[in-house]
Amino acid sequence: MALLEIENLVVEFETASGPFRAVNGVSMKVHEGEVLAIVGESGSGKSVSMLAAMGLLPWTAKVTADKLTFNGRDLLSMPASERRKIIGKDIAMIFQEPVASLNPCFTVGFQIEEVLRVHLGLDKAARRKRAIELFEAVGIPDPADRLGSYPHQMSGGQCQRVMIAIAIACNPKLLIADEPTTALDVTIQKQILDLLMKLQADHGMGLIMITHNMGVVAETADRVVVQYKGRKMEEADVLTLFENPKSNYTRALLAALPDNATGDRLPTISELFVDDQVEGAAR
Amino acid sequence: MSQAAATSAVSTDPSRRARLAEFWYYFSENRGAVIGLVFFIFLVLLAIFAPLIAPHDPTQQYRDAVLVPPVWQEGGRADFLLGTDAVGRDMLSRLIFGTQFSLFVGVIVTTLSLVVGVVFGVIAGYFRGWVDTAIMRVMDIILAFPSLLLALVLVAILGPGLVNAMIAISLVYQPHFVRLARAAVMSEKTRDYVVAAKVAGAGHARLMFKTILPNCMAPLIVQATLSFSSAILDAAALGFLGMGAQPPTPEWGTMLAEAREFIQSKWWVVTLPGVAILITVLAINLMGDGLRDALDPKLKRS
Amino acid sequence: MSVILEARNIVRDYHVPGSLLKKAKTVHAVKGVSFTVEKGKTLAIVGESGCGKSTLGRILTLIDPATSGDLLIEGKKIDIAKGDMTPEMRRKVQIVFQNPYGSLNPRQKIGDILTEPLVINTDTPADERRDRAMTLLKKVGLEEKHYNRYPHMFSGGQRQRIAIARALMLNPKLLVLDEPVSALDLSVQAQVLNLLADLQDELQLTYVFISHDLSVVRYIADEVMVMYFGEAVEYGSRDEVFADPKHSYTKTLFAATPRADVESIRARLARKKAA
Repeated sequence: MALLEIENLVVEFETASGPFRAVNGVSMKVHEGEVLAIVGESGSGKSVSMLAAMGLLPWTAKVTADKLTFNGRDLLSMPASERRKIIGKDIAMIFQEPVASLNPCFTVGFQIEEVLRVHLGLDKAARRKRAIELFEAVGIPDPADRLGSYPHQMSGGQCQRVMIAIAIACNPKLLIADEPTTALDVTIQKQILDLLMKLQADHGMGLIMITHNMGVVAETADRVVVQYKGRKMEEADVLTLFENPKSNYTRALLAALPDNATGDRLPTISELFVDDQVEGAAR
Repeated sequence: MSQAAATSAVSTDPSRRARLAEFWYYFSENRGAVIGLVFFIFLVLLAIFAPLIAPHDPTQQYRDAVLVPPVWQEGGRADFLLGTDAVGRDMLSRLIFGTQFSLFVGVIVTTLSLVVGVVFGVIAGYFRGWVDTAIMRVMDIILAFPSLLLALVLVAILGPGLVNAMIAISLVYQPHFVRLARAAVMSEKTRDYVVAAKVAGAGHARLMFKTILPNCMAPLIVQATLSFSSAILDAAALGFLGMGAQPPTPEWGTMLAEAREFIQSKWWVVTLPGVAILITVLAINLMGDGLRDALDPKLKRS
Repeated sequence: MSVILEARNIVRDYHVPGSLLKKAKTVHAVKGVSFTVEKGKTLAIVGESGCGKSTLGRILTLIDPATSGDLLIEGKKIDIAKGDMTPEMRRKVQIVFQNPYGSLNPRQKIGDILTEPLVINTDTPADERRDRAMTLLKKVGLEEKHYNRYPHMFSGGQRQRIAIARALMLNPKLLVLDEPVSALDLSVQAQVLNLLADLQDELQLTYVFISHDLSVVRYIADEVMVMYFGEAVEYGSRDEVFADPKHSYTKTLFAATPRADVESIRARLARKKAA
């Protein structure tokens, strides 16, 4: 059975210039122990669709779907209190800006222990022991000392490690990583990706990697969903996608990578891909 | 990300109108603000056309009609709709002419403190260092006094009168504008477009007033509307204390002061100017809230 | 080949003033960097955040002075701390910033943004300024009708084109590009890189291209300098550096860059299966 199942998800926002459809009929499935990458450029609705699935969008957003289930349970009809019990425990999320996603007023130790207290109800000593274990697991040196640090005393990479530690604190079944390395340097990105892949393999959890970087996709994913302007353009396993992309959009995206440049000029997406049918449907 | 798509949708229409439409969209979401705006426009019209609208001369004393109650009360007379005061002047006409003084006070005080405050604030925020310290310490000293007390002291030194009261009040309001402008300039100063203007060769004056200042106006406009209402209130308070407009000027605060002795017996002489002050200040404050909703990007919902 | 830009042992220190409990200290952001760039070539400065590459960019663009060292533009020594900043010097170097959303004044129309450098530095009449702005708008792939619009009506890629047009208004010899494509989507990135390459050919421009993205650098650069904690640890032609990196940091950097080719995906999947 699929862990997360989304069918025909539509998200609309009310804006000053009328309703805006950010996600337009997206369907996907994530299985246990699988790494799914959602790749797309800005405006493709890749983050919005995941936030919608987790119920984290502001009230101006209208979310509808034919099916939106986690582990067989319907997320849409579930009361908000039920949903909160699942989110943070069985589904965890990490974000692009690690320093901004941590509360600057509290120590990182307090923040990780809070999650353990709320979701697992551990007592004080057990919480501290588990927090140290988690920091060790994500590769933070001197874990016992670092628990007392504030987010601003740590580097971006370290903060992202803390975020990952908080995310895996309750052994989630599904981890959603929204551009987890975009704000980080390449060498740090490599470390964080390696860490995520190791944790994913060790815990056998499902991992959704939202990214715009084809390199990150190539280095992590099992299966890939390509989104463009709120629509799913293609879904394929990673090798097929890079070797033999079906949709013109994916082909154009791959050709625009500077690594693949053959001559003096880079082929641009607009030369290879005409999006009139998508443009017409999205409006 | 929805922002990128929205801008591409907007980029086909002419700019200023779209911006205005967006402003109106956020402003009109706040119903109180629209009511405030309507009432404010009504007041402005009243002030401009006061000589045409008012049924009597505001200083004309009708000896035969002293302390006549409003028309709906027993003893009221149809030619004095809201009654007359202790020397037989028509209340309605005095209230209508009073809007002229109140709006005049608001406009002058706000412009004066806005202009001077912005100049000092921009200079302090732009140059920092000792210039900043000097300006801000002076502002801290002004802020350390209770505002009405300081205004009173200043009027006592300058001599009572509406003009002196306005100067005193604008001086008291100065620090708020200086602080706001300084904070806004400090946050804008490091933005890339300022550096880009510097690379283009722009000098200090151009950077301060042409490049940075237009981007700092939103909080200042909001503060200006709120000061507008406080200025009216403070001018009325000074008038009440006998330090503002002098009789027989039909200024609302002065009217209140003259009516003090009738507070128990003749309600309309006291209540009506008070109500006029109340709803004017309320309307402008409501409008200021709406402006903040529309201009402050932090409160904007995506 | 004439040398447009020469830097000799550029050093930049920041003094962090002390307080009651802390001692004042000095941060060395750039520790003695030297290089030359020839006319019509591109020097890429590569490094991670905090390595001093943007500080160096600001020194080259004459925004901040260097603490010590010599900067020569077309063989003429220039030191803005001594105040030899003239409009002629100003016109020779221009910059394009990373974030196109922050680098255009939101209250100015595109036309005003473009003509501002001319208004400040020259006494060109208004209609000539307008003509020049129109020409450049078209050159960077925009249209004349965009002249009277505000920046917020443009997408990120279009804004970056406007920023490039503004940088070219004064006919500079040298353009410092501070991460010009890293805030852009992949498809737009390709368009802007193509535009930069075309402009370089057409106008004989010299670029200093600051970036952290090795794949972009490999595509656009003639020479590459790798910076690490304020020092230039590797400096050479693109092919030399990419084929045979000398310094261990450069090697780490190359190894960390994700690879998007089919062979490396195959290898990864095979490793995963074996594990």
